[in-house]
Amino acid sequence: MTGTSTSANGDRPAETSWLRHHRIDLALHRLTDGEDPTFRPLLLLHGLGERTPGAVPAEVAWPGPVFGLDFTGHGRSTVPVGGGYTSEILVGDVDAALDRLGQVTILGRGLGAYIALLISAARPAQVVGAVLADGPGLAGGGVHPGSPMVAYPAPGSAPVPDPFALLELARDVRPPDYAQTYVRFVVERSGLERPVMVAAMVRPAWLAAVAAEPGVAEAGIGEALAFFAGSADTA
Amino acid sequence: MAPPSVDLTDTEQAAARYPGARRPDRRRVVEAAGVALSVVEWGDVDAPPLLTAHGGFDFAGTLDVFAPMLADAGWRVVSWDQRGHGDSAWTHLYSWEADLRDASAVIASLPPTPMPFLGHSKGGSMVMHLANLAPHRVSALVNLDGLPSDGTMTDVADHERTRRLRDEMDAWLAHRRTLVDKQRRPGTIEELAERRGRMNPRLSTEWLRYLVTVGATKDDDGWRWKLDPTMRMGGFGPWRPEWSMLRLPGIGVPFLGVLGMDLEVMGWGTQPRHVLPYLPPGGRLEVLEGVGHFVHIEQPHQVADLVLEFLS
Repeated sequence: MTGTSTSANGDRPAETSWLRHHRIDLALHRLTDGEDPTFRPLLLLHGLGERTPGAVPAEVAWPGPVFGLDFTGHGRSTVPVGGGYTSEILVGDVDAALDRLGQVTILGRGLGAYIALLISAARPAQVVGAVLADGPGLAGGGVHPGSPMVAYPAPGSAPVPDPFALLELARDVRPPDYAQTYVRFVVERSGLERPVMVAAMVRPAWLAAVAAEPGVAEAGIGEALAFFAGSADTA
Repeated sequence: MAPPSVDLTDTEQAAARYPGARRPDRRRVVEAAGVALSVVEWGDVDAPPLLTAHGGFDFAGTLDVFAPMLADAGWRVVSWDQRGHGDSAWTHLYSWEADLRDASAVIASLPPTPMPFLGHSKGGSMVMHLANLAPHRVSALVNLDGLPSDGTMTDVADHERTRRLRDEMDAWLAHRRTLVDKQRRPGTIEELAERRGRMNPRLSTEWLRYLVTVGATKDDDGWRWKLDPTMRMGGFGPWRPEWSMLRLPGIGVPFLGVLGMDLEVMGWGTQPRHVLPYLPPGGRLEVLEGVGHFVHIEQPHQVADLVLEFLS
């Protein structure tokens, strides 16, 4: 299933294609072909409660195609019934996009930054560099589970983004040593000397631990993307 | 609720009879944030309620021998099929938080007085969390071999743990790519019982056959478990077994824990020394030697007697 959505840039409208992950239809938006449509794509992962932007963000310079994925319960993707979100499920969302796109570089905002780290560890041959940037949902639910609670959306909440996603993914526990394990997976299996770039100013405990790991560099979004645009996969 | 008899062969009808098994007296549906949960009850509707939670990949029908024993002693035994299990709806997503929210909806459907919570395996961990988040609804807590511990991992080197995590992540993602339109494989009652027996190796063939008749449906091409075919053991994530154990010391009501000491594939291998430091004041731990993870199915009389004596 493919469709055409709103105009995303000056040269052509964005195209939305659809991916299936379990019982969810995921919207994958092509924001631009870039100067070289054959170049490795850049995949944008939005923050918690956000959606793929309608146009390539001003801070993003990439020589090839730029895509954005709407996570489960966000943007134009299916809103599930009854919640049940975890970050790991969203890793499966991105894996479905990789199955379609092949090799990519990823720029993740907030929640999308955390997911970018996990998918980089899971698919090191396909993710040629991940940039972790500020955005909603960066901190998650801290390093330990809090007091157990049952949360329901306020009556009348807008259906999109799924209010259960907002509630549950804001409580998603992210121990620093867990995140470090994934960095080590990336470094071990990626062919890049610095496969992860931290662009975020805000450093929750998991991201501070990631930034301190060998193989992780700190750079602004523009510098990080330029680095990965000049990197060839050697995995 | 009678076992299905229409369109069953004589052999299948025989499988649907198991000594002491009794289907629930009532069934109703509770909606939890749009998810239809099948809630079942044994015993007098006016008796004091006792909430019971089944383990992962089980369903309320696995209580068909144990629950009637409690009901016959004067309890209104209430259980439910967790989302994706038994007769409850399959959903898009599954998580611990969602299971707790579903359980809270079941509790909210009962009279607003404190009641005992009892759970087996995953259900045992679940009732410990429920007792923490809704202490005003619980009067006593029983945990049947649902006390996850990291004690069995202490001898595993860090690099081996890391390798297991990576393997599990790879396997989980490979599994996720196969889920679209996935269906369970049909088979005869014997075949489904044999498959389940791999995860429940200590349970009798007669019991496993019985479970097929209540936990599976018969289609034109055979029987299929009702369990959502996309569910899978394992997975990856930050969860650590000690996080569950840390819910135990703060329990403010009488607590009974039961451990089956024979290790099997679905169990945790938790030893008494892993639990004793965490027992709440006055808490009690019973250790059953020669019994596996499914203590209430292997030894229903012994465990029911323990529970009834504890609750008395």
